[in-house]
Amino acid sequence: MLLTVVIFLPLAAAGVLLAMPRLSGRAAAAVWLAASSADLALIGWMWWRYDPGSDAAGLVDGIAYEVDVPWIPTVDAGYHVGVDGLSLPLLALTAVLFLACAVWSLREPDRPRTYAALFLFLQTACLGTFAALDLILFFVFFDLTIVGMYFIIAGWGHGNARRSALKFFLYTFVGSLALLVGFIGLFLGSDDRTFDMVTLAKNPPLTESPVAAGLVLLAIGLGLAVKTPLFPFHTWLPDAHTDAPAAGSAILAGVLLKLGTYGFVRIAMPILPDAWRRWAMVAVVVGVVSVLWGAFVALAQTDLKRMIAYTSVNHMGYVLLGLGAAGLVGQADDEARTIATVGALYQMVSHGLLTGALFLLTGWLWSRGRTYAFDRWGGLARPAPVFAAALAVAAFGSLGLPGFSGFVAEFQIFTGALQAAPVATVLAVAGILVTAGLFLLALQRLLTGATVEPATGHGADHAPTRTAPHAVASAATATAARTPPRVRTEDLHGHELLPVAALLALALILGLLPGVLLDVFEPAARMVTQLVAR
Amino acid sequence: MNDMTGAGDDALALLPELLLLIGAVGGLLLGLWTPQHRQWRVRVVVLVACVASAVTAAVGLAGEDRRVFEDLWVIDTTTGVVRITVALAVAVAVWLVSASLSGHPRETEAYVLMLLGALGAVALAASADVLLLVAAYLLASVPLYALAGYTKDARATEATLKYYLMGAFAGVLLLVGAAALVLAAGSTGYADLAAALPEAPAPLLAIAVLGVFAGVAFKAGAVPLHFWVPDVTAGTAPAMAAYITTIPKLGAVAAAFRLVDEPFADVPLDVPLLVAVVAALSMTLGNLAAFAQTEVLRLLAYSTVSQVGYLFMVVAVAGRTELAVPALAVYLAGYALTNLGAFAAAAVLGHARSIEEWAAAARRRRALVVGLVVCLLGLVGTPPTAVFVGKLAVFTAAWDGGLAWLVVLAAVNTVASLFYYLRWIAPATVAVPTGSPAADGSGGHEVRTMTTREQALTAPPVTVHALAAASLILGVGSGAWLAVALP
Repeated sequence: MLLTVVIFLPLAAAGVLLAMPRLSGRAAAAVWLAASSADLALIGWMWWRYDPGSDAAGLVDGIAYEVDVPWIPTVDAGYHVGVDGLSLPLLALTAVLFLACAVWSLREPDRPRTYAALFLFLQTACLGTFAALDLILFFVFFDLTIVGMYFIIAGWGHGNARRSALKFFLYTFVGSLALLVGFIGLFLGSDDRTFDMVTLAKNPPLTESPVAAGLVLLAIGLGLAVKTPLFPFHTWLPDAHTDAPAAGSAILAGVLLKLGTYGFVRIAMPILPDAWRRWAMVAVVVGVVSVLWGAFVALAQTDLKRMIAYTSVNHMGYVLLGLGAAGLVGQADDEARTIATVGALYQMVSHGLLTGALFLLTGWLWSRGRTYAFDRWGGLARPAPVFAAALAVAAFGSLGLPGFSGFVAEFQIFTGALQAAPVATVLAVAGILVTAGLFLLALQRLLTGATVEPATGHGADHAPTRTAPHAVASAATATAARTPPRVRTEDLHGHELLPVAALLALALILGLLPGVLLDVFEPAARMVTQLVAR
Repeated sequence: MNDMTGAGDDALALLPELLLLIGAVGGLLLGLWTPQHRQWRVRVVVLVACVASAVTAAVGLAGEDRRVFEDLWVIDTTTGVVRITVALAVAVAVWLVSASLSGHPRETEAYVLMLLGALGAVALAASADVLLLVAAYLLASVPLYALAGYTKDARATEATLKYYLMGAFAGVLLLVGAAALVLAAGSTGYADLAAALPEAPAPLLAIAVLGVFAGVAFKAGAVPLHFWVPDVTAGTAPAMAAYITTIPKLGAVAAAFRLVDEPFADVPLDVPLLVAVVAALSMTLGNLAAFAQTEVLRLLAYSTVSQVGYLFMVVAVAGRTELAVPALAVYLAGYALTNLGAFAAAAVLGHARSIEEWAAAARRRRALVVGLVVCLLGLVGTPPTAVFVGKLAVFTAAWDGGLAWLVVLAAVNTVASLFYYLRWIAPATVAVPTGSPAADGSGGHEVRTMTTREQALTAPPVTVHALAAASLILGVGSGAWLAVALP
């Protein structure tokens, strides 16, 4: 029941917002903030009460806060939700990121009520996907995230937003339909004729027909790979990120990409263990190609936001490397495969926090100068020291500096994968070097040297002419617009600094005290590796 | 001899149909004695008849399957679902049409014709005899010819003529098919046909199957007999188009389902493959044609053609999987709701022909746009709307029936369909300045601009919102609907 409240509380708040057309922008932001805070508090409570058991680790038993209500009885699909070691940290990550975005968007000038309602709707969809224990329910929420994000990009994006939004919708919708086809295959292949993930994981379908299992895994893998995204299905990602508003990008990278990797751990590995073992090498190879491709293409970007977008491809590649290595049962012992799985899970949370912070920071560039291009900015450390410090910390965290969560994650992935896939692991480590190089290069271009700031004359077209109560940020650009070519760029405001600082602090805590998260992840990861080894 | 009681029972079994008929006849008589400005009384009678018909049909679902009137008329789950859906859909359509028709000189006649057409659709679904099927075909067609030309302008006249000629052609093919069946089996009842057809000569069977399906495909608006759909849809008022593209389709799909399930179940031809090819062509060609449309109604028209493709998927596996009947039950209801909702959104701004005009006119009406988005995404099959559950059930049933290739094709087509629905959604939701809408000077707006009464302004938007909500509720509550439909 509590979990249902957690999932649908944001949606209810969105309904309230939509039902009150006279609400001021500030009040809408307050409702959003209150709903997201309440949700995070409830998840915090759930975490506190959660006992990561050793013999009942989740996936097939020991699921907390479980609710199972039949929905479509003829195909045995139901509203089955629950929390275990896999989903709890991701639920928490979702709540944290949405709250961060709520704070960041406190002064959103453009249709703030609808904006808040869309984000709240999206939060319900994301939480629902992570909590779902039924394939159809998973699919329902998975698809709704696409719809919500489409409207955020199309409605509040910039540049070529509508085209990017359409591209995002079409690509990920292809993926989701492949997923649906795969789910139907699981249903028809199972002995019990059910869509229930727990039942399917207990009694995996299609064990007697490896070809069919391989095809179903292909469909599911395709759907998840588009969402993750993995090379070569990543091409929607840079456009969608570049044209999305900062908060939208943070959610897209921080939460929505995790839906793909989470699907691999929750669905592909436990329900199709035979097929996953058989094709694990493909996952490893795709992971490593994504790592290298993402890193090198990111290196070539001339635009900070696109660069960060490509590093997401790179980071998600590590996740898949770890998960693939977990499937190489013949080549590695249980312990190594568990470590690889834990690393992959850790990377999901870590990437969510750090990339979320990075994308929020790019929003600062856009709001001040309407561009992300490296050559239009320079020497920002002088006019905006706080921004510079935050960007530097986030970049160092993202490149895997020890002390941050990214290091813990990547270290475990490499340790776990080395035994099973040594060549791939060595290549992936090389990817870290490239990432380190490109982040340092970006910092150097943006923060050091003589101060360069774009003339913000064309920024006025976006600054609204209404007299709403929005305004410190847009007033700044409006002022800047009136006195070209440039004025002193304002540093991070309080409502911008707070979410970024919180995300970075969490990344630091998880880097210094990994036990907080490992205690929850490890039993579940052990269970995943056991299930895969069946 | 218990003929008396038997006939009485039989007559009572047809109570839902009788109520529709009473509504039609009673409405006509009442309309004759009612002044022009009080024609709302007729509307009330018609709506009450529809709701009563749906309620009695729902009660009738609880009984066991049976055949009445010497096995002419089947009363089972499929019939029950079509009865309920058609009756409620007609009620919605009458309510929707009333906005543009109230005060019209021929208002009563429109409602009566709509009810008679609905009766024909139910008869299509329930008939278990080829000759009854032919009669039902006529009953479901003739009133619609009159309705298609109701606005009496150039576009409507052309559309009606096209509709009528095509309908006559398909009717002849249906008769040829029926004649071939009589030749092959010496009977017209489905039960006799099912027993006799497996031994019949293959060429005769081929003629019979093709002829009968031509008639059914025309009513359903499936490829290759879909050419009337865009012209009729765009030629008439949006509210009337909602009726014409929804009601007969429900009956025709159920009729096709019954044909594949019973008389053609064991024939030495691959009938399921034929239906599957029709389904594949309908969804693919409907989608491809919809890509290029700039008019709201033509886009919706081609979308209905592609929807028939998904519906025919489940027809193709009729009788081959136990998932087929529930899939049909969910998809028919979901399709009726969602399609009516999308057309209602077009009817709200009936003067706006092109997508740009519609989007520009909807700029100030955010709530309407929300309703439209729910309905259009519902047509795509986005969860948790009713069509999503329908698609899930249909895909599952088709795969279980051995048509995995069709499922993959349907998934690809679903993505393709998203593209043109977004062409409508995107300009409507995203505030983008558009050029001043071109003035459309054709004379087709006389009826549509006759909206003088208060109710005329509220009926379509209310319908959009109610149907959008109903689509979500049916999607979330599909378990409850299936519990009603499949006791």
